[in-house]
Amino acid sequence: MARDYKALRDGNKQAQLEEAPRIPGESIKAIAKDVMYICPFSGAVSGTLTITDYKLFFKSLARDPPFILDVNLGAISRLETIGVQNHGENTRGLEIVCKDLRNPRFAYKKEEQSKLQILEMLTRYAFPLSHDLPLFAFLYQEKFPEDGWKVYDPTAEYKRQGLPNESWVISKVNSSYEVCDTYPALLVVPSSISDDDLKKVASFRAKRRIPVLSWIHPESQAAIIRCGQPQVGPSDRRCKEDERYLQTILDANAQSHKLTIFDARQSSVADTNKAKDGGYESESFYPNVELNFLEIPNIHVMRESLRKLKEVVYPAIDEAHWLTAVDATHWLEYIRLLLAGAVRIADRLESGKTSAVVHCSDGWDRTAQLTSLAMLMLDSHYRTLRGFQVLIEKEWLSFGHRFASRVGHGDQNHANSERSPLFVQFMDCVWQMTKQFPSAFEFNELFLITVLDHLYSCLFGTFLYNSELERMLKEVPTKTVSLWSYINSQVEEFTNPFYVAYEHHVLYPLASTRHLELWVNYYVRWNPRMRPQVPVHQSLKELLLLRVELERRVEELRRDASSSSAQPSSATHTTAPMHTTV
Amino acid sequence: MLSLGSSGGKQPAKPSFVSYVTPEEINSEKESPKKEKLPALLPGEVVFCSANPVLKYTQDEFSQRGVFGTLVCTNFRISFVSDEAQTEDTSQHFKNKLYGQNDIPLMCVDHIYGGYDDKKKLITGPQLKNKYPSKIIIHCKDLRVFQYCLTFTDEKDAKKIFQGIVHHCLESKSLKCVFAFSYSANNAEMQRKWRTVMFDSTDDWVQEMKRTKGNCRLVTENQAFELFQRLPQYFIVPAAVTDEDFQTAKKFSGKGLPIWCWSHHSGCALFKTATVPLMQEDTVSQNYMDRMLNAVAQNHLYSVKTEDLGDTLPSLQEVQLSYSKFKQFFLIDNSTDFWVSDVKWFSSLENTGWLDIIRQCLQKALEVVECLEKENTNVLIMEEEGSDLCCVISSLVQLMLDPFYRTLTGLQSLIQKEWVTGGHNFQDRCNHLHHKDKEHLQAPVFLLFLECVWQLLQQHSPAFQFSETYLTVLSDSVHVPVFSTFLFNSIQQRVSMLTAESPHTQRGPLSCPTVWDWSVQFDCRSQEFFINPVYTEKLRVDKTTKKSHRPKHTRQLSLPSSAFKTPPKKGFFKEETDSLKKMLRGKRLSRWMLSPDASPQGSSREFYEAWQRRPLDYHGVLLPQLEGPAVRVWMQRYLRWIPEVQIFGGGAVALTSRLAELQGEVQDLLRRLERQGRGPYLHDRPPPPPYPAATSPTLQLTSQSHLLRSSVRLSSSFPFISVRNWSFKPVIPTSVPQGLSFTDPDNIADKEDEYSETISLV
Repeated sequence: MARDYKALRDGNKQAQLEEAPRIPGESIKAIAKDVMYICPFSGAVSGTLTITDYKLFFKSLARDPPFILDVNLGAISRLETIGVQNHGENTRGLEIVCKDLRNPRFAYKKEEQSKLQILEMLTRYAFPLSHDLPLFAFLYQEKFPEDGWKVYDPTAEYKRQGLPNESWVISKVNSSYEVCDTYPALLVVPSSISDDDLKKVASFRAKRRIPVLSWIHPESQAAIIRCGQPQVGPSDRRCKEDERYLQTILDANAQSHKLTIFDARQSSVADTNKAKDGGYESESFYPNVELNFLEIPNIHVMRESLRKLKEVVYPAIDEAHWLTAVDATHWLEYIRLLLAGAVRIADRLESGKTSAVVHCSDGWDRTAQLTSLAMLMLDSHYRTLRGFQVLIEKEWLSFGHRFASRVGHGDQNHANSERSPLFVQFMDCVWQMTKQFPSAFEFNELFLITVLDHLYSCLFGTFLYNSELERMLKEVPTKTVSLWSYINSQVEEFTNPFYVAYEHHVLYPLASTRHLELWVNYYVRWNPRMRPQVPVHQSLKELLLLRVELERRVEELRRDASSSSAQPSSATHTTAPMHTTV
Repeated sequence: MLSLGSSGGKQPAKPSFVSYVTPEEINSEKESPKKEKLPALLPGEVVFCSANPVLKYTQDEFSQRGVFGTLVCTNFRISFVSDEAQTEDTSQHFKNKLYGQNDIPLMCVDHIYGGYDDKKKLITGPQLKNKYPSKIIIHCKDLRVFQYCLTFTDEKDAKKIFQGIVHHCLESKSLKCVFAFSYSANNAEMQRKWRTVMFDSTDDWVQEMKRTKGNCRLVTENQAFELFQRLPQYFIVPAAVTDEDFQTAKKFSGKGLPIWCWSHHSGCALFKTATVPLMQEDTVSQNYMDRMLNAVAQNHLYSVKTEDLGDTLPSLQEVQLSYSKFKQFFLIDNSTDFWVSDVKWFSSLENTGWLDIIRQCLQKALEVVECLEKENTNVLIMEEEGSDLCCVISSLVQLMLDPFYRTLTGLQSLIQKEWVTGGHNFQDRCNHLHHKDKEHLQAPVFLLFLECVWQLLQQHSPAFQFSETYLTVLSDSVHVPVFSTFLFNSIQQRVSMLTAESPHTQRGPLSCPTVWDWSVQFDCRSQEFFINPVYTEKLRVDKTTKKSHRPKHTRQLSLPSSAFKTPPKKGFFKEETDSLKKMLRGKRLSRWMLSPDASPQGSSREFYEAWQRRPLDYHGVLLPQLEGPAVRVWMQRYLRWIPEVQIFGGGAVALTSRLAELQGEVQDLLRRLERQGRGPYLHDRPPPPPYPAATSPTLQLTSQSHLLRSSVRLSSSFPFISVRNWSFKPVIPTSVPQGLSFTDPDNIADKEDEYSETISLV
């Protein structure tokens, strides 16, 4: 296929200069010159549009410096042909609606073969699964010095938490994913519960997602337990094994005589669920159990909120009504709700010394958000660069957050109601925490944005598919590269220079809109006027470099006071294999 | 808890003359009960009345608790002294020597409310003799909120203290009763040097003109205010203004005279003026204005643009109205109110319009900068008084164009030049004297300027030597009645008052401290918080040149004019060249005063974008970002006292402490290298960019770094709220999220998450 374009490239210097750079494994699928990009900020510009199996790349030499637009095909939600006016011969238009809050628009001449091909190729490679093509992660050939698939080892992680102990065991009951196909192979369960009882509990819990330990407090032994909703149904069904199971969890923590259940849902919705065979634990059947609703709306509400937010931030900002418009999206209100819920969970464990059971309906959306945020507050390990990767691998990936369904990787059904930006919302909460505690996190903002970009990009295998089982069946770890391989091969890029490691320090973020702000560097980053100037941390980075340099010199002098011919250290710069457009 | 300055507190000075104390109050002072504890008094401070026991509600606990103590009203402040034994709070790094955290300077009182049972009533004036509320709620101009309960107090005392506070805080008083005069008359040792340029001598103005290479006329004929009462003793006008013009100007009491603010390196300059009311067929005033405009134009290239700020910026009444709505969101009486206002927070703020007024001022300043920097035309800004929004805009323009003003002494000099000497009516705008008939003149214009500076500071932090804390303290200091800086309406009023109030006329006028003498309020350690740790000082090429106390205005053109390829645009500023020609032909100028027709928004967009494309130079031109998210709430100033929003172990202090720590380490390493007799940069590396701690001779951040090393124990309200033994209990919102069930046509909130459901939403 590439041969067809050779002539075009050779014959046209412009096109050659405007060609897309490629990453290993990437191949060009279509090139069209004299395409017009209708930039909402700087006006229309003509250039060459290249479609590869990984990205859409537009470059124009008409401007100095050359104008470049780079969109990962994975970020594309839908393609729409539009009519265009006021751009001369270019009467046909294409709008590319993206998941990362931008809608680039192109205009081109009517009925030109190469332009039609562009559209066809774009459709094929933006939605490979809908066209029986592999996701690009399976074609990506880059090698990294670090292996990100080794970042998360559940046994090591549980060992770090002090598990197993006398009350909790690491069970292999789900090693072939028979008990629950959306759970990981290894589960931490009370040591006194038999596998048979576990299976009975599984049949009582939504999607067979039994209550399992996810985190344990190193001092009080209070634990965060996650699960699916109990299927009590309209007739208030009971399950003796489930009741006993929760009692065992309560007994495992000697410091408290209570167990708190946090149901993430709105209480009214939980009631509705009861009618549909779902429901919540009745305090009268479960002694010493306290039930709290966190009143967080469902995935559809969140999707709608982000859709509204996109309208507010892209392309133009109405500055006179900016704050009112942000308020109307409710996005920050939901962020506040999530943080407030997680603070309550963390506080229950930390000051209440009481274990908390967290569930929503199925226990893979709001539950993952809440448990991972609570852990981030309670455990400083998760605030390191690698610890955070473990947190995502554990709470989100291994416990079966349905990334494929929520993101819709490679799928053209953009209207699928299962899509929802739950992980984006979680990362936003993390960002809010990093804003409130600027020195408590080892990773920086670029790291968070990079993770979010590759949530969509399909470059790495990390976020593909819905569960550990699916990823194993698709041989993701052997056939794709992990996002963490890329990240951990250039840690300096993603390190927060302000980081101070405080161990055993609980962070309670403030769940008040006074201290929440819209994540402008992520949501509004496509607006060139919002581009940050040199960030403040730059001067600190320089200072850190200076200190390293001075330390080196002091050391040097100490070693050899008379010599002045010390070798200047040659800094080896590892060039980034690719970079996230920030 | 209580931390008061002790300077001169040992022997309470006898008041020389206290005509403002009613006899009743003097009596009450005499019979004050023995058990009452009084605060350490400042020189010249007199107790009017006091009451014990009074219960002060403490806000820092989440349950409402209180402390019993004595409530005192003096001629300087309302003070509360706790009955409980006070352990000296050594952990407090940032202590005001004049007033502690339980003191409210009288001038700082914004509103007093009486709490009657469950009702809260605004107290506006003298009350019925026998009535007093069970609770006094005081809202302060620095946004603190105090609540005192009088139910345990003896009825007579309660009445007295309530009426005393109301009388001294709300009743109009004469200027000479302001505490500053009493304080200064009783405080002899106060003369010191400061580096701030005060602009009270010809030398200061000559220097300033030299520094900016201005070429205008210094007017010295107003030394005893013979010419104009409203103008300072010395000021600068275009060179073409003649003595004859002054005689005409006298008819308009100096209005219409273009006062020089600052010269751009290209030669063009910024002038400001008060507008002359133009009557139809009034040839005198029209000819006079023609001449003045002509004089401005002649300053450089025969070009001038005029801008009547009264036409294009909000009125002072709008500024005042907007701010009084805005501040309400930060004067929080209790936790319930806090959480109620947390819902719809952003739109509530926006509806006050305060942020938009800030944006408009920055936008206007940006437009003036464009004229000076890109088009090199003279600019004459005008408004009714010529000393309100003119001061805001001219100061902002100078901050954006001249890096000297971004230093601490620079900003202080700028405020002296534009605001103090420039005759901003501080007394009336702040209504320091509570004159009922002057309430309509009140407007937080100076605060508006500080707000704009804060926006610039948070957008381009490394360009400024002063910190956010400095700006916050400065905004507080406006309401501390000890300083002469913000007390007067004009230089003339200042000179005559200080002369009249001098206790020893032969020794010259009363010497009243200026706010720039920060040692009156803060010790050296506290003053360190005024320095921005990320400030990047300009690299001094020639190390042998002594640091002059007023650095030369940077000549370097950070924006080569070739960067702007934009066609000469039709600005909303009026092109005066045509009109000038007409004027020379004897035509009328009245049409110049018409409001502009072109839209202001977006016109400067290209200018901004061209600037944004160039590498950022912190010592060159600095422009503000104005898009919606860029204009933000000055969190430190507005949120510092609200216990619900304190982030323990977080906030900006975490960054500051880390920076200070590193700077300390780097300095340490540098010293060690120097001790070994070797310059640290012999080969392989260019000298590093200098950091304030390493280069600034007067301000060392090292001790700060020791203080801050435990930033994990500090909160986001640092340094205003110091370390407490907080309980590490998280704040959990109590408001019911009612706003969440918004109207959605599809009822998506009730839908299931489950994938089995087939709901198509589109």
